[in-house]
Amino acid sequence: MTTVATILGDVTPSYWQSTLLRVLIVGIVVPTGALVLAIAFLFKVMAWMQSRLGPYEAGPKGLLQLVAEVGKWLQKEDLVPQGADRIVFKAAPFVILASTFLLYAALPTGPDPAWATSLPTGIYFVLAVGSISVIGVLMAGWASANKYALIGGIRAAGQLIAYELPMVLAAVGVVVLSGSLNLQEIVMAQTQFHAFGDWGPALPFIVVQLPLFVVFMAAVQAELSQSPFDMPIAESEIVSGYQVEYSGFRFLVFFLAEFATAFGFAAIVSTLFLGGWYLPIGLDLDSPLWYVLGPIILFTKIMIVSFIVFWVRFSYPRFREDQLQKLAWKWMIPISLAWITVTSVAVVVWQ
Amino acid sequence: MPKLPGLIKGLGVTFGEMVQTLKPDRMGGGPVTVQYPHEKEEPTPRARGVIALHEENCTACMLCARECPDWCIYIEGHKYLAPPRREGGKPRQKNALDRFSIDFSLCMFCGICVEVCPFDALFWSPEFEFSEVKIADLLHDKTRLGEWMETVPDFEPYEAGSEAKVKKVPARP
Repeated sequence: MTTVATILGDVTPSYWQSTLLRVLIVGIVVPTGALVLAIAFLFKVMAWMQSRLGPYEAGPKGLLQLVAEVGKWLQKEDLVPQGADRIVFKAAPFVILASTFLLYAALPTGPDPAWATSLPTGIYFVLAVGSISVIGVLMAGWASANKYALIGGIRAAGQLIAYELPMVLAAVGVVVLSGSLNLQEIVMAQTQFHAFGDWGPALPFIVVQLPLFVVFMAAVQAELSQSPFDMPIAESEIVSGYQVEYSGFRFLVFFLAEFATAFGFAAIVSTLFLGGWYLPIGLDLDSPLWYVLGPIILFTKIMIVSFIVFWVRFSYPRFREDQLQKLAWKWMIPISLAWITVTSVAVVVWQ
Repeated sequence: MPKLPGLIKGLGVTFGEMVQTLKPDRMGGGPVTVQYPHEKEEPTPRARGVIALHEENCTACMLCARECPDWCIYIEGHKYLAPPRREGGKPRQKNALDRFSIDFSLCMFCGICVEVCPFDALFWSPEFEFSEVKIADLLHDKTRLGEWMETVPDFEPYEAGSEAKVKKVPARP
């Protein structure tokens, strides 16, 4: 934060000023990210893949559709079911949203991590915080006083917990290669990573960790409850699963949390596997240009990763609960364990 | 992971679809959507939109009003004496149509009235954009039904080979 301040002039912001700036950034970056993602990908790209145009009337070329959606959801009646546990029911969406906002605290977007902190336990913190949403889902399913919401909630919990493990193991491979849990250090390691000898540019970790990248992407897909893993919100089966009793503002919170989490996890994937805010364009790491370029590069990578996540979502049919669990426990965990072994051996042998 | 080539091909299908939709019109791309109300679709032949009345042919025989399943046609007529056709003849009794209204809020657009009319006074028109703010305005009177006649398309030729079916009674040898 101090380096940014020196760029802006000779102003050293106080603790409260810099905290306010950070809160504002997370309060603006997160919803804006969710907005861009939601419109651009969910509505328009889904439409293009289905040979139609998507929302076209709200705003130019339909870009203000999310504003219309937000307005629509806000004006709906706010219901709490009669037999529902009121406090738990009301708290559940905000638990999920809290876990989403916490994700953004650990993201590096520039050399001196421009807008976030440089947590020494970066990736560990991110994965732990991502698990809080499981509690939110269970709270929502239980407190809805609805059999089907409960079924949806339990299925969701089973799925989310099952896919936590492949996600953690896939991240371990990257951690072994870079030697640190700190997300900033991981990006820094990718700026020096010359896997195939000293020629050529620094390579992102994906080139030697492709199986783990695939496993991580699949685990992210499952954590976001996106097709083909959308058993919890299986639309034509149990309507919205654990979200079914929510309307109005509370449903909007679920909706926004889903997209903000997608944005956040895409950022994590870009940081771990694609090189984060760094591109090997020969620009010296000390140059202050990185403060502007870094976020832009990270945003582009996030968009690419999100495109892949949503592309898979629009292409595949839904997994059954048992197929989903089989995939996680029988395929993803052994593959990631095997690749971690390979990576560890390679690190010891060649470095 | 079984069936991986199939999975990749599936991704390719959706991606290809997206590229096709985003291609500009001149390259043969574009969505299948017809952007109503900016663009309008060509209606299919013999499309049923609204019913038009050719008043000259109507003799107030009441067949259409009787056969209508919804009882949405209101007809009032009177008989009058027309002058004889030839010198020294009898005055002819003719029907005059006073009121012919179809209530389109009740009409189910089945077309029985059009089929049953022996004098070809009712026709289908492909017009469908006649929504009203007040439901009472959906009762189209004689004048309005006459105005719909302008939108009735020309007679659509029968399909090839169907003329043979028009004869109902075989010719006596």
